[in-house]
Parts: sequence; structure tokens; C-alpha cells
Amino acid sequence: MSQTTTSAAPVRAPEPPPPGASAPALPDDLRALAARHGLTESGARPTLLAYLRGLHSRRHFVTALATARLTSQYSQAKLGQLWQIMTPLLNATVYYFIFGVLLNTKDGVPDYVPFLVTGVFIWTFTAGTITAGTRAVSGNIGLVRALHFPRASLPLAFALQQLQQLLFSLGALTVILAVFEQYPRPAWLLAVPALALQTVFNTGLAMIFARLTASTPDIAQLMPFLLRTWMYASGVMWSLDTVFKDEAVPRLVRLALECNPAAVYIDLMRFALIDSFTAGQLPPHVWLVATGWAVLLGAGGFLFFWQAEEKYGRG
Amino acid sequence: MAETERVPTVVVDDVHITYKVHGTKGGKGSATSALSRIVSRRPSPGVREVHAVRGVSFVAYKGEAIGLIGSNGSGKSTLLKAVAGLLPASRGKVYTRGQPSLLGVNAALMSDLTGERNVILGGLAMGMTREQVRSRYADIVEFSGINEKGDFITLPMRTYSSGMGARLRFSIAAAKAHDVLLIDEALSTGDARFQNRSKERIAELRAEAGTVFLVSHSNRTITETCDRAIWLESGTLRMDGPAAEVVAAYEEFTGKKPGRKPAAKTAGKTAAAGAVAPTRPTT
Repeated sequence: MSQTTTSAAPVRAPEPPPPGASAPALPDDLRALAARHGLTESGARPTLLAYLRGLHSRRHFVTALATARLTSQYSQAKLGQLWQIMTPLLNATVYYFIFGVLLNTKDGVPDYVPFLVTGVFIWTFTAGTITAGTRAVSGNIGLVRALHFPRASLPLAFALQQLQQLLFSLGALTVILAVFEQYPRPAWLLAVPALALQTVFNTGLAMIFARLTASTPDIAQLMPFLLRTWMYASGVMWSLDTVFKDEAVPRLVRLALECNPAAVYIDLMRFALIDSFTAGQLPPHVWLVATGWAVLLGAGGFLFFWQAEEKYGRG
Repeated sequence: MAETERVPTVVVDDVHITYKVHGTKGGKGSATSALSRIVSRRPSPGVREVHAVRGVSFVAYKGEAIGLIGSNGSGKSTLLKAVAGLLPASRGKVYTRGQPSLLGVNAALMSDLTGERNVILGGLAMGMTREQVRSRYADIVEFSGINEKGDFITLPMRTYSSGMGARLRFSIAAAKAHDVLLIDEALSTGDARFQNRSKERIAELRAEAGTVFLVSHSNRTITETCDRAIWLESGTLRMDGPAAEVVAAYEEFTGKKPGRKPAAKTAGKTAAAGAVAPTRPTT
């Protein structure tokens, strides 16, 4: 409060502008003036460290936004929050009839229903996070323009919302597993690191697609097709292991399918939760692959998102 | 820092802004031409460059409220967006203290969420702590006047009228001390009572050593709220000085040419806040 500039003398005291003059006298070197007072260039990207710090200070915003979106999501539906569990269950039912019954992929897969439902739920987590990511920035332009906060808060919050939703689904999953005589046992604890790795992986992807759709909205139109293709290659409703029994599968295809991150996370969850899904059905070095994907996409996605930080909300 | 020099909050150094307007030649073109454009990375034939701001320089200091005036399409909103960092300057630089917040007319916050959630999330997004948000909550809601006609704060924001939405947004943004607050016609949708309240709040923000920019087509709002005014015409700075003098000169200028101002500017804005701001000649 050293200065009081409330008087109606907006220009520097010595020379009030003559009426009609175009502008008051400006300091000669505006750049130097800005630098002397520590002004920063508007719309410049913060350093990575400053960005992380800003993000940390917005952690309550991230959690509050995720929860708010979760609870408002079905606010227009009559059954409300029941849809949290109904949607994945209905999906699983549809897949059961198409793949399990009509196409008979359940042959050779013991405990097919737990196998399928786990696959659908875990896949939905990845697909849902990516889809949410495509809307994280492009669907919140008003917020981005009006208030200033690290934009990565948005894909983070959207990913967190998907994780919360998955936890609902997992509640339903334990009931289904119990119906098929799969009861909680110590191996279930393996689900925790598997989910943690998958969450990091998903969040990284959400950030990548958040940036891509922010500049090219057309990508959102492509996502359903990309995701469906990916789903069919991920062994959601059949066992990749059964496919590999066929020696005719080329080595490269086999390697690609084994390293497919979605398949890896799905199989890890099956391994953790389902008794009859043994370690022999897991691809080699599965935890290493799962960690590798999480680190690569988690860090890479974040860096990729941050590099366009100053551009969000433009246009 | 010397007492002799005032502390600048915004330095605009010879800024030029050009932006591309899409779809000037009707439609998006055929699918095949769009595809070949993408492949060859040629700009679309329907894209035209608009030179909206042409070499504007000024310095804004702590505690100032600066009105931006000028006819429609003179570059006011574009300039504000550049100050907010939402548009890159094609030439020149904008320096700011802190990160300016821009309040536009149609910037919805989170339209699916209730007003209540918007207040809380908006506060958190601006970096307030949970406790700060909790303690300011009642003030923000009261200031917005949203609940004057019933319990609207618990309804989703999409059900609000544009005036109610603008009031709530301003209340949220104004709840925090800003180094630089940019208001683009955001107050014009509020009723008289709210406008008075917001004038008081702007005065408070200035007293807290912030700088407020205000775009308005109401000359009275400018003279009553601002101590300084900048008059833009066709993207150039025409006058910068005490609000009363600049507004008087502007009124003389517009008075000479009755009816609408000549459409000096080539194009409309992008789908931006306050682009085709409704003129509300309250004077």
C-alpha cells in the first residue's frame, strides 16, 4: 500500500496528455520496465517445476471436481447413481450372450463369467478414462478461459472420476465373483498394484488425448473406432492364451498381443481375482511390462500435455 | 523499488494480433478438399487473416481501473484476450504481473454442476484453500444475488439465465484478490443493483492494488467505474488518458457520425466472449 493511485491521474504525473492526443508518454523501453518489475510474459508456459507445484496446490480442486462430476453424472436419470453399477453389468450381459453363448468363446475358459466381467470392467476403466480425457479440455473451455489453474488438473480430475467409478464396479464385481464361488483371498491384494499401474497408464493417455482434441476436435470422432479395435485385440471376452495355443500365430503378432497394455492390465486383474486363472496364462515379465507402460505413458503423457499448456483455451 | 516509479502490472509493448477466421467462404468445403488440405498442410481457402490489433502499447499500473472503449470490432476484446494470454501476439509482447483472469459474457463455468458446486470448484481452481472457500462461500452467493428469487444456487448452472450466470461468475472470480482482472462486458447483463455492487467490488480490488480492465459499451459505466480509459479504433490506440476526457472525445467522435459506426473492421470475431457485444447505450 505504498502507492495510492486512486486519483484520476492515470498517466505519469509530469505530463497529463493534451486532450485529443493519441497516448500518454510511455517509458522508452517497455521490455526493460517489465523486466525491472518482474512481470512475466503473458501466455508463457510455466517451467515444469512451477507447473508441478501449481498442480500440487490444486489437488483439492482435482478431487472436488472428480467427485462433483461423479455425483452429477446421473443426476438427470431417474435411477440415478444406480447406473454406476448397472451400465457395466448390462455391458457384461450383452458380451456374455454374444461372445459366450452365440460365438461360444467360453469354451476352454474356466469360470467364464468372472473372466468376462473382470475383463469388461477393467477395459471400461481404460476406455472410459480415454474418452473422458478427450473432453477434459475441449469440453471445459469456459472454465479454462475464465479462471487460471494448471490445465492438467482437468484430465487428472476426469481420470480420478473414472477410478471412482471403477471402484463402484469392483463392488459389483465382488458380488458376481462370490456368486461364482470366487471368494476374497490374499491374492486379491495383487489387484492394488495392478490397478495403480493401470490408473497411471490411463491418466497419461487421457492427457495425451486431452491435448490432441483441444487442438483437433475431430479426433474425438475417431475415438469410438480406435477404442473398439483396441478392445477386440485385448482379450476382453476371450482368452488370448487360448488363441496362442494355435501355433500358426506369427511371433510378432503374438508379441504385440502380449505387450498390449490393456491386455496386460486385464490379465493381471484376472490373475489376482480368479482362482483358475493361473500365472501360466500371463505373458512373460508381465509386471515389468505393466510398470513400463505406466511409467512411459504416465510421464510421457504429462510432459506432452504440459508442452501445450499456454495454448489451451486459445482460438 | 523507488517511490518515484509506479508499479506496472500490465505492459503492452507494440502488440499486433492477427488471427484466422475460418469459414469465410461458406461451409467447410467438401470432404476431399479438406483431406487434401490436411495432407498438404495448406491453409483452407476459406480462412482469412484478420489484423485485429495494430501496434498498441500502454502500461497499466497498480490500483488502476482502465476502461476500454471503441466501436464494435475495434479490437477491445481481442486485446483483452492477448493480455489474458488466450491469444498469442503475432508481434510485440504482453507482460503481466501474475496471471490475469478474463471474465467474458458467455464463458460458462461448469454448466452441468450446481451453482453451489461452481462456487466451491471455482474457488479451489483459483488456488483458494478449502477453508478459504468455506469462509467466503456465503459472501460469494450473497454478492451474486442468485438466491434473491428462491433457492437457485442448488440448481445446475445451465438452468441460469445469462444474467444470473454472469453474476455468479463475476462473484466467484472477484472473491479472490487479482493482480489483473479483465472484464469483458460481463457486467452488462446484470441488473442495476448488481452493477452497483460490482462497481464497489472493482473499487475494492483496486484498493487491494489490483488492476481492473473493463470493456463496456456503456460510457457511463466506464466513467463511473474507471479512472482511465483507452480508446481503440480499428485496432490502433486512438487515445489514452483520464476516463472522463477520453469518453468525452469518443462521444464527440461517435456523435459526428450518427447511427452505427462505419464497419471499419473486416470481420467479426471468433466465437469469443463479448465478440458481438450488445450495445447498451445507457447514457
